[in-house]
Amino acid sequence: MNLLAATTTDLGMNGKHLLCAVWVILFAPLVAAGSIMLFTQRRKGLSAALSIGAILLSFVLSLRLFVALAGFGIHHQQHAVQWLVVGDLVKIEFGTTTDSLAILMLLVVTGVGSAIHIYSLGYMKGDPGFSRFFACLSLFTFSMLGIVLATNFIQIFIFWELVGVSSYLLIGFWFEKPSAADAGKKAFLVNRIGDFGMMLGVLLLWTQTGTFNFAELPAKVAAIPSGTLALIGGLIFCGAIGKSAQFPLHVWLPDAMEGPTPVSALIHAATMVAAGVYMLCRVSFLILPSEMALYIIAWIGGITAVMAATIAIAQNDIKRILAYSTLSQLGYMVMAVGLGGPTQAMFHLTTHAFFKALLFLGAGSVILALHHEQDIWKMGVLWKKTPITFGTFLIGTLALAGVPPFSGFYSKDQILLLAFDHNKSLFVIAVLTAVLTAYYMGREVFVVFFGQPRDHHAYDHAHESPLVMTVPLMFLAVLSVIAGWGDKLPEFIAGTIEHEAHHPALLTTGLICVPLVGFLLAAAIYLKRDPSDAPVKRALGPLWTLVENKYYFDEVYLWIVKYVQGTIAAACELFDRWILQRLGIGGLSFGTDLLGRTVRCLQTGSIPGYAFLFGLGITVIIYYVVVK
Amino acid sequence: MLFCGVLVISSRNPVTSAMFLVALFVFMAGLFVLLEAFFLAAIQILVYAGAVMVLFLFVIMLLNIQATERQKFRWLGLLGGLIVAGAFVWELGIILRLPVAAIVPGKASFGGSLEAVVKPLFTNYMLPFEVTALLLLVAMIGVVLLSKKDLK
Amino acid sequence: MITLNHYLWISGLLFALGIAGIIIRRNLLVIFMALEMNLNAANLALIAFSKFNKLVDGQVLVFFIIAIAAAEVAVGLAIIVALFRRQQTVSVDELNSMRL
Repeated sequence: MNLLAATTTDLGMNGKHLLCAVWVILFAPLVAAGSIMLFTQRRKGLSAALSIGAILLSFVLSLRLFVALAGFGIHHQQHAVQWLVVGDLVKIEFGTTTDSLAILMLLVVTGVGSAIHIYSLGYMKGDPGFSRFFACLSLFTFSMLGIVLATNFIQIFIFWELVGVSSYLLIGFWFEKPSAADAGKKAFLVNRIGDFGMMLGVLLLWTQTGTFNFAELPAKVAAIPSGTLALIGGLIFCGAIGKSAQFPLHVWLPDAMEGPTPVSALIHAATMVAAGVYMLCRVSFLILPSEMALYIIAWIGGITAVMAATIAIAQNDIKRILAYSTLSQLGYMVMAVGLGGPTQAMFHLTTHAFFKALLFLGAGSVILALHHEQDIWKMGVLWKKTPITFGTFLIGTLALAGVPPFSGFYSKDQILLLAFDHNKSLFVIAVLTAVLTAYYMGREVFVVFFGQPRDHHAYDHAHESPLVMTVPLMFLAVLSVIAGWGDKLPEFIAGTIEHEAHHPALLTTGLICVPLVGFLLAAAIYLKRDPSDAPVKRALGPLWTLVENKYYFDEVYLWIVKYVQGTIAAACELFDRWILQRLGIGGLSFGTDLLGRTVRCLQTGSIPGYAFLFGLGITVIIYYVVVK
Repeated sequence: MLFCGVLVISSRNPVTSAMFLVALFVFMAGLFVLLEAFFLAAIQILVYAGAVMVLFLFVIMLLNIQATERQKFRWLGLLGGLIVAGAFVWELGIILRLPVAAIVPGKASFGGSLEAVVKPLFTNYMLPFEVTALLLLVAMIGVVLLSKKDLK
Repeated sequence: MITLNHYLWISGLLFALGIAGIIIRRNLLVIFMALEMNLNAANLALIAFSKFNKLVDGQVLVFFIIAIAAAEVAVGLAIIVALFRRQQTVSVDELNSMRL
C-alpha cells in the first residue's frame, strides 16, 4: 500500500496531525459500533457512553479541523491509500478529502449527530434494544462520514450502500412490529433502484474518462460529448433520487417514520437524506455543464417540493407531517442544484439539518410526554405542560417556514431568488410550496400545542421531558436561529463572497410575507378551541381525498409490481416447469433409460450372437486399418 | 483343402467333422512341406493330428454326442455367418490386389531343417520358450482341476 | 508360378470358413473345431511369409502357436466337459444363461 499524499498544501507540522485526525473522525464511530456489538451489549450505560463518546470525539476533531483550515482558503486536498489497482485501467483508492464542503458536512453530521445521540439516552431509556440502538447509530455515523469524506465514486458508493443498510437496521429497529420491518425493507429496496441507476452512471463515466477520483475528474469532464454527459448526470442523479427521496422514489420516507424518533431526526431529516444533495454538490462539475441534466434535476426537485407539501396538509400523525415536510425541503435543495446553485443548496441543507432535527426531537419529546401517542388529534394545549418543548418547536417551525431572522429564511430566500433568476415557473412553484409549508406547520403547531385537550387521560399524565432531552433541543434551537446570520455560511462554502445580484425591493419584502400568509391561513382555520379538518375538507372536496391518500403512489406501485413482476414470474415458472424440467431433466432421464435398454439388448447370452459381433468388429477394424 | 474345410463346418455328425478336420491337418502338413518347412510339417502331424484330434474324439465319445437332426434351420445364424465371412473375403480381395510386387519363391536361404528352426528357439526366443513351458504346466493343472467332481 | 498371393488366399478363405463355422453351428464341439481351423489358417500364412521373406522367425512363431493351441484345446475341452456335467447339453441354444 503506498500512501498517496496528493496535492497536499503545505500545512507545516500541523498538517500531519490534522490528516491523522481525519482518519480518527472516520473510524471512531466504527470502533464504537464494533465494540458495542461484540462486547458490551449487556452493559447499557457503557454502550451508550462508547457511542456518544465516539461521536463527540469526532465532533471535537471536526471543530479543530475547521478552525485549523478555515483560514487557508481551502482547496481540494486528498489523502488516500491505494486499495485496488488493475494495471493501468482501474485504480481505486480509499481516502479522505478535506475541503470546505467536506468540513461543513462533517460539522453538521457530527454536531447534530452528537445532539441526537445524547437525546437518545433519554428517549430510548427502558427499551430492551438499547445497546443495539447505539451500535446501529454509530454504524450509521461511520457510514455517513464515509460518504462525506470519500475521494472517489467507488468509495462513495460503498458507503452509500452502507448507509442504506444502517437505515434499514434503524427503521426496522422494532422489528417485532410487522409495519416497521416492512418499512425497513421498503426503504432498502427503493434505495436499491436508485443505486442501480447511480452505478450505471458511475461506470459510464469511467468508460469515458478512465478514472473515479473526484480530484481528477473535473479536468476530464470537458472531453465528454454533451449527450453522454447529460446521460451520466441523469444516471448519477438517480442515486440522489433514491437516497434523498425525490419523486418518484419518495415512497419510502414517510413509512420510515416507523423507526424511533431519534432515527427519524438523524437519518431522515438531517443527514442521510441530505447525502444525495451532498453528492450532487460534490460532483457538481459533472452536472453544471449539462443543460439537460440541470433541467431534469430542477424540475424533479420542484415537483417533489410542491407534491410533498400538498400531501402534508392532510396528514394526522405528528411525524408524518414532518416527514413530508422533509421531502418538500429536499425538493428545494435538489431544485437549487438544478438551477445551478450548489452553494445555496448546501446552505439550505445545513440550516435544514438544524431545524428539522430540532422539530423531530421536539415531536419525540411530545410523543414521549403523552406516552407514545402520535396522532395530533389526540393532543392539545401542550404549551402549558411542556413549555421547553413548545418553545423549541416553535423556533423550529418559524425557521422552517422561513421567517426572518431565523436561519431558514436566509437559506430559503436564496433559493427562491435563484429560482426567480433562472426559471420563473419554478419560482412560482417554490413560492406556493413556501406558503403551504407555513400553512401545514402552523396547523401542526396549533393543533398540538393549543386548543383544548382532546384526550384527557393522556393530557393529565403529560410532563416535560428530562434534561438529557431538552438540552439538545435548546442547542439545536440556538443553531437554528443564528446559522443564517451575516452570510457567513455561504461564504465558507463557496470560498468567496457571493456577488449579490440586485433584486427589486418589492420582491424581497414580498418573500418575507410569504410565510406569514400561510400562518394566517392556518390560524384562521385551526387556532380555535375546537379545530377540525372539516371546513378544509369541504372546500377541497375530492382533492382532499387525493392528498390524504398521498396521491395513491403506494397503490400504483403495488399494482405495477404485482402485474409486471407477476407476469414475469409466471413466465419464468412456465419455462422452468415445461422446458427445464420436462424437456431437460425428464428428457435426460428418458434418454439415459433408452440408451440403457438398447445396450442391454446386446447381452443376449447366445454365443453365436457374440461371435457374430466379434467377427463383424474385426472386419470393420481391418477395413479401417488396412484398406483405408 | 478348402473342400475339407467346408465339410468340417457343415457336417451334422460331430465325428464326421472331426475326421475332416484331421484330413485338413494332413493337407496342411503337405502345404508346409511344399513351403520347405519340414520340421514344422512333422510337428503338425504329431501334435495336431495326433494329440489334439485324439482329445477331441475322446471327448465326443465321452459325451456321447449324437448327430443333430435337421431341426428348424436357423436362417439368422446362417445369414450372420455368411455376412461376416463374405465381408472378410471381400476385404481379402482388396488387400491382395494392392500393388505389392509378387514375390517369387526362391531358394530358402536357411533351409527348413531342424537345426535352422530350432536354433533361434534357444537363442533369440529363449524367453517365450520358457514361458510356454510354464503355460503348459498351468494348462495341465487347470485341466485336472476342472475335471474334478465336486468335493463333498 | 505359385506366388505368395495364392497361399494367402487359401489362408484367408480357411479363416473365413472358420469364422462362419463359429457363427453357424450350434454344437459347441464343432465350434471348437472350427476355431482350430482358424488357427491353422494363421499358421499357413505365417509359414508362407517366412518362406517368401527369407526369415526364419515365422516358423519359430508357428512352433509356439502349435504348442499353445494344444494347451488351449486341452483346457477348452475340460471346460466343455464340466459344462456338460452341469447342463447336460452342448448346444449353444441352451447355454445362454449369461444374459440380462
